[in-house]
Amino acid sequence: MTDKLGYLKETTSQTAGPYVHIGLIPQQAGFDIFETNFGNVAVGPKTAGQRIRIEGRVFDGTETPVRDVLIETWQANAAGRYNHPADTQDKPLDPDFRGWARAGSDFKTGIYTIDTIKPGIVRGRRGRPMAPHINFWIAARGINIGLNTRMYFADEGEANAVDPVLNLIELDTRRKTLLAEPVTRDGIAVYRFDIRLQGENETVFFDI
Amino acid sequence: MSSPAGAHPAQASAEFFQRDRSIHPPAYTPGYKTSVTRSPRQALLSLQNSLSEITGPVFGHDDLGPLDNDLIRNYAKTGDPIGERIIVHGRVLDESGRPIPNTLVEFWQANAGGRYRHKKDTYLAPIDPNFGGCGRALTDTDGRYFFRTVKPGPYPWRNYVNSWRPAHIHFSIFGSGFAQRLITQMYFEGDPLIKACAIVNAIPDPDAVDRLIAPIDLNASIPLDTLAYRFDIVLRGRRSTMFENRLEGN
Ligand SMILES: [Fe+3]
Repeated sequence: MTDKLGYLKETTSQTAGPYVHIGLIPQQAGFDIFETNFGNVAVGPKTAGQRIRIEGRVFDGTETPVRDVLIETWQANAAGRYNHPADTQDKPLDPDFRGWARAGSDFKTGIYTIDTIKPGIVRGRRGRPMAPHINFWIAARGINIGLNTRMYFADEGEANAVDPVLNLIELDTRRKTLLAEPVTRDGIAVYRFDIRLQGENETVFFDI
Repeated sequence: MSSPAGAHPAQASAEFFQRDRSIHPPAYTPGYKTSVTRSPRQALLSLQNSLSEITGPVFGHDDLGPLDNDLIRNYAKTGDPIGERIIVHGRVLDESGRPIPNTLVEFWQANAGGRYRHKKDTYLAPIDPNFGGCGRALTDTDGRYFFRTVKPGPYPWRNYVNSWRPAHIHFSIFGSGFAQRLITQMYFEGDPLIKACAIVNAIPDPDAVDRLIAPIDLNASIPLDTLAYRFDIVLRGRRSTMFENRLEGN
């Protein structure tokens, strides 16, 4: 259980399996059990910031949309601060924004959507600013350990150009896998963010 | 939601120990066939932790209902669900052995016959009208959680033609930072199907498998009422050095 220094070992990851919806988004599994449900809407009526929708699909190595995937997002508020005690940046907290959302892809189309706000710039290591980004975590049947990636905004060219994480990615084609392109639909900014688990345009995943 | 209280401030502000990937299943495990097309083939890009990784969502009692950790009652319509009544309990700790308080633990499982309440489950074992199969709990100040349920049954699945999952409960745990996010499965002591399972056998380290097997805990059982199993969960540890000192020092 412990090593020579007395450290414990992290519990081993196992796949979320095909029925992840039962535990984490039971309404999508087809039944109603909890009084409060977590979902894909991260914003309330009083949340500060520009409303956006993130929309996309997750593709497997055969270019088939994964229709049983679970996606969670974690992000800073519009001022660029995380709603967590470790974030001590001198910026306002937003009491109406937890910063987290959870979505299951549609069983037929594989499309997931997240309704949220565009995050602000967050201070990174050594004070270097990180461009607005949303942290993604992906779990599904066939995924043995949850995958971490980040979504950046294609219309934040200046901030992206100096982002310390994007700049770790040498190949431009790989860096582009993290950029979501904006389109406007019904007056709301929609960012299209497809994730490729494998293959020619495999998304950059991080070991964080 | 306005006052994050997920973790002790000194513990919550430092970066995480690097994840030891040798105790986790790799992405590509051909014995578990679905992983073949869902496994990234490029190397993961290693990131030193920033605020984006050391922070994570904070949950509170407002997020939960009073029956959320009682799977015997939380979907009961006409009576108790069929099955062996069990308690599952344990602590959520980090790799330094420190408890992780106020963290969200979610769990889901098949019913006693091995059937899930899910549109996609077509196993011929019956749905139990009194069993939903999911619940959640927040750890207390010592990192403890518990819930009551019925023991899930094993079930067949399409991997090989004769593949069966051992009895198991799925767990989702948050921790105090997004880099600790974990989904796993708990197995039951003595189950002969564990060693034949392709999903279990995706784990390269036998000791890591052992840690997913919950021993029966007679001391925590309720006599004449409910058996107990103990399942402790360990999430990644945090350095004790304050994050800010390391970052700003350049
Ligand atoms: Fe299962």
